Amino acid sequence: MENLNLEIITLITGIILVLIGIWGLLTQKNLIKIVIGFTLFNTGIHIIMVSIGYVKNRTAPIIDQSVNINDVGNSVVDPVPQALVLTAIVIGLGVTALMLTYVLKMYQKRKSLEINNYNDLKW
Amino acid sequence: MVKNSLIFIVLIGFAVLLADLFVGFNGNTDLNTLANHYAVSGPEEVGSANLVTAVVVTYRGLDTLGEVTILFLAAAIVSFLLKVEAGASRNRKLRSTSEILDTASKILVPVIFLFGIYVFINGHLSPGGGFQGGAIIASGLVLMLLAQPAKEVGHKLITLVESISGISFVLIGVAGVLFAAGFLDNKLLSLGKFGTIFSAGVIPVIYIFVGLKVGAELSGIITNLQENQNEA
Repeated sequence: MENLNLEIITLITGIILVLIGIWGLLTQKNLIKIVIGFTLFNTGIHIIMVSIGYVKNRTAPIIDQSVNINDVGNSVVDPVPQALVLTAIVIGLGVTALMLTYVLKMYQKRKSLEINNYNDLKW
Repeated sequence: MVKNSLIFIVLIGFAVLLADLFVGFNGNTDLNTLANHYAVSGPEEVGSANLVTAVVVTYRGLDTLGEVTILFLAAAIVSFLLKVEAGASRNRKLRSTSEILDTASKILVPVIFLFGIYVFINGHLSPGGGFQGGAIIASGLVLMLLAQPAKEVGHKLITLVESISGISFVLIGVAGVLFAAGFLDNKLLSLGKFGTIFSAGVIPVIYIFVGLKVGAELSGIITNLQENQNEA
């Protein structure tokens, strides 16, 4: 149990969330639940990215009292994955809003959230 | 049966892909070269105490411009799809709200807006920034709309704030080409004293515009969804 570090725990959490998200995307029939599966997938990827950027026993990449200004390179974690995740969260939010809008439009058209009732593209 | 086993195979495939990542990962003990450069030279080159802000706004400023564009596109498509004819939203069936929510929202909404503004103005000093501040402002709007569902939020104001801040963001970038080293260059304004609010060159200005733009876009999405709630 001694090698169960912070980055390993977050990495496992992220992987489990990704798998739950994919399972939800593939098995659920309700359109809202499919959107929720997508969001879980998205969140899991974010957690994996942040945990990969973590460096042992270091603090957030913000220079304040806890960081020595002359030794920043040895006291902060990697800022690049965090910046990328910041970008990805905002885009994920926009995409989720867009998907929910499509679901709303589909419901207004057919009065149904069941994906089996939308078989126009099925051959 | 075939379908279930196919789903199982896909899940196993993803698990194997991610397990590979997990097995080879023992945690980092050092920054890589690029991250080390950002961490060591970031404070002098950019002057921002928050290194994530330095990466987002200056080192990868063009990415942020693209990101704001994607968010704008999503908000534009949502408002295009959920357009309500004028007057049609008047006959919505609204549930009455509780006394507690109504009173609490009157006290909390201005505080939440103020906190959002604080977060994006201090984006170069503390955790936070334009995107987070904008999201906080939009969450204040959600509380307001939950408490007063009949309230009409002005679409004209939202569009105006969004367009002006978006154009200003691009103009700051172009001004960087004309008066400083390049597009979205940070040294357009002087770097100031490290760790104070008027520091880090043009970062606070850009983050104020990003915050206003993100807040306006998310508010637009929320307002559109809210006006559609009883159309279905």
